[in-house]
Amino acid sequence: MARMRPEINAGSMADIAFLLLIFFLVTTTMDVDIGITRMLPPPIDPNAPPPPPVRERNVFVVLVDRHDRLMVEGQITSIDRLQTITKEFLLNPHDDPSMPEKRIDTIPHLGKMEVSRGIISLQNDRGTSYEMYISVQNELAAAIMDIRDDVSKEHFGLEFSELRDQELIDAIRSAVPMAISEAEPKDIGD
Amino acid sequence: MARFKKDTKSGTPKINTASLPDIIFMLLFFFMVTTTLRETQLFVRTQLPFATEVQTLERKSLVSHIYIGPPFQTRIFGTEPRIQLQDQFATVDDIASFISAEREARAEAERPLMTTSLKVDRETTMGIVTDVKQELRQVNALRINYSTARGEIPREGLR
Repeated sequence: MARMRPEINAGSMADIAFLLLIFFLVTTTMDVDIGITRMLPPPIDPNAPPPPPVRERNVFVVLVDRHDRLMVEGQITSIDRLQTITKEFLLNPHDDPSMPEKRIDTIPHLGKMEVSRGIISLQNDRGTSYEMYISVQNELAAAIMDIRDDVSKEHFGLEFSELRDQELIDAIRSAVPMAISEAEPKDIGD
Repeated sequence: MARFKKDTKSGTPKINTASLPDIIFMLLFFFMVTTTLRETQLFVRTQLPFATEVQTLERKSLVSHIYIGPPFQTRIFGTEPRIQLQDQFATVDDIASFISAEREARAEAERPLMTTSLKVDRETTMGIVTDVKQELRQVNALRINYSTARGEIPREGLR
């Protein structure tokens, strides 16, 4: 006659697991590292010849002072308009002689493209708040991403962020370069 | 016949909860795997600014962090923003040795892909950040990431 084996009561197992679950839920943080990635310019070699001067029409000066005021090309501007102004500068739709030149480049997958030679020069004071600086970086990046999206949609029918082929991504990147240059630090004062 | 005898027990049948622990364990393992325990204790406040044009840092093992912000213990350390490397306060001069130590810890082939993540409090001024950036340039740690939170930028505080 088979003896009845006593069953282990597993009812409290769920409670134990719940306890552990809540412990991990509380103590851990979903820490995803997101942010704005930038490349710093390499250190200046004192022996290197000075770089050729960039034409004034190709430079887009963005200045943030220590009171977080924004000056774009010599005019005090609100940050809400920065993206629009930047986009217009880089595209130069009416071939305005005070706006950047364009160079005709042959880019794989895109063919002959007009590449803007505009450079955004971002200058800030030591007293500028980090929040303002990031906002300005964000608006500039948004302007460039907007242009990239337009070019990408026109040629590939997809937004830039939806592209998966690395060659296509590189093509768009060279057609619309992320040309943000940060000046050597200096105090711009009030 | 007896085979078709009606169940005489009345009332609702008991729900079998034997698989409940399995479900909970599955959730538990999911959270254990996906989350990371914070490895350094923060001494400075790093309330990150908001940005919309953000990229995700892919290779977490290749990221070194520099924290900048006002110390939590203001009575001991004051309110001026300070730099924290790993689990201690540091000055700008310590960054060079910190970066070279981080480089040593990585395989040779992966060193060019290393990124320095700057976790800076949003109320910090750019002076200290600029100093850190200059120091990073000197040691050729050129890939940086301004760590931000994803979200719209609050406009009212900014001009």
